[in-house]
Amino acid sequence: MSAVPGQTVGPFFHLGLEYPGMNELVVPGHPRAVRLHGHVYDGDGAPVPDAVLEIWQADPQGHIPRQPGSLRRDGWTFTGWGRAATEPDGHYQFTTLEPGATEPGKAPFFAVTVFARGLMDRLFTRAYLPGDDGALAADALLSAVGPDRRGTLIATREPDGLVFDVRLQGDGETVFLTYPRVRDAWA
Amino acid sequence: MELSQADINTEIEAAAQRPGGPQPKLDYPPYRSSILRHPKQPAQLIDPEAVELWAPAFGHRDVADDEADLTIQHAGIPIGERIVVSGRVLDGDGRPAANQLVEVWQANAAGRYRHQRDQHPAPHDPNFTGVGRMLTGPDGSYRFQTIKPGPYPWRNHVNAWRPAHIHFSIFGSEFTQRVVTQMYFPGDPLFSLDPIYQSITDPKARDLLIAQYDHDLTTPEWSTGYRWDIVLTGTHRTPLESDVPVSDVEEDA
Repeated sequence: MSAVPGQTVGPFFHLGLEYPGMNELVVPGHPRAVRLHGHVYDGDGAPVPDAVLEIWQADPQGHIPRQPGSLRRDGWTFTGWGRAATEPDGHYQFTTLEPGATEPGKAPFFAVTVFARGLMDRLFTRAYLPGDDGALAADALLSAVGPDRRGTLIATREPDGLVFDVRLQGDGETVFLTYPRVRDAWA
Repeated sequence: MELSQADINTEIEAAAQRPGGPQPKLDYPPYRSSILRHPKQPAQLIDPEAVELWAPAFGHRDVADDEADLTIQHAGIPIGERIVVSGRVLDGDGRPAANQLVEVWQANAAGRYRHQRDQHPAPHDPNFTGVGRMLTGPDGSYRFQTIKPGPYPWRNHVNAWRPAHIHFSIFGSEFTQRVVTQMYFPGDPLFSLDPIYQSITDPKARDLLIAQYDHDLTTPEWSTGYRWDIVLTGTHRTPLESDVPVSDVEEDA
């Protein structure tokens, strides 16, 4: 079985991928809502105004959501998935809940997919919650990444939420991921 | 200096001498916009954990049946060649990818996107938006009706034209299977000139993006048909019956 190759989302992805409420996993007024936001930058450090990010996450109790409804949100069901396009200044944002640990001692993270015009194929990464130094130190991925690049995978806390920037290339380049069956699909 | 198609062809030929395998090369200078937008560090290999072993659930509350017909979204009938595109989505082990979301978007028959950034002076079609969504069936099948898109110019180099294509966004049962790609039509004369298509330097892998004309999908006096089967990467977790979203189990019962 030969897996289909990817191709860029191109410049007109808004047409096919945008829908109302796509970046609001919870309504902004939700008592536990946090803002997960940041910028996407290219190899010159310039903002990327035509990127799209998707996040997929556990709920605050660490449960992995199994409920549909991400495309037509009812305002009550937490589906764990959302999509955000960057604005002309390269900024994106989600309104969501902080994910919980899926097992005791595990460092919670958002699974992140990045697409853009000029980016031939999607990129995978993780945005870890900051704060639990013990769990972060014990994490398999963070341990496998050199200390100089580890920070690209960890969000920064601010008063009303979390900041996670994506650098596609160059200084501070984000650590992007592959998985055994993704790598081996084309071996 | 403005680049000509001949300049780009030379670069495409040079890149083909350094085959990058069956995935697109992220670092592919003939596609100018990729130059500053590809990571230079190799991807970090990691075993998927937690949410990465699952994917968001989509169900009938997310997608209405008529979203799979791009020809009925306005008062009139869109202009162009009416087609049906159908196929199956399978995972890397040949299992159907059932109940998964497929999103499509495309230009109209004249090669114009309904998007403010598309400045190609070809006509918009008031009866065509060019957006569709559907869920795969239990056997992984999908099907939608649309208008065959036209090729269109872009500004990668002077006289650059994209082969006609439909954008596809596809989910599997696992986060790691996520893919966005483009489906092309057989025999397009622009294939050899297009740096996005040619960024996949393995010709067999490129061919996987081309739909086949299928007379069995053609309807008398109505539309022609194209078949395009899609294989995702393999799952790390064996899918279970319980992967079917709760609401769909209830609807089927």
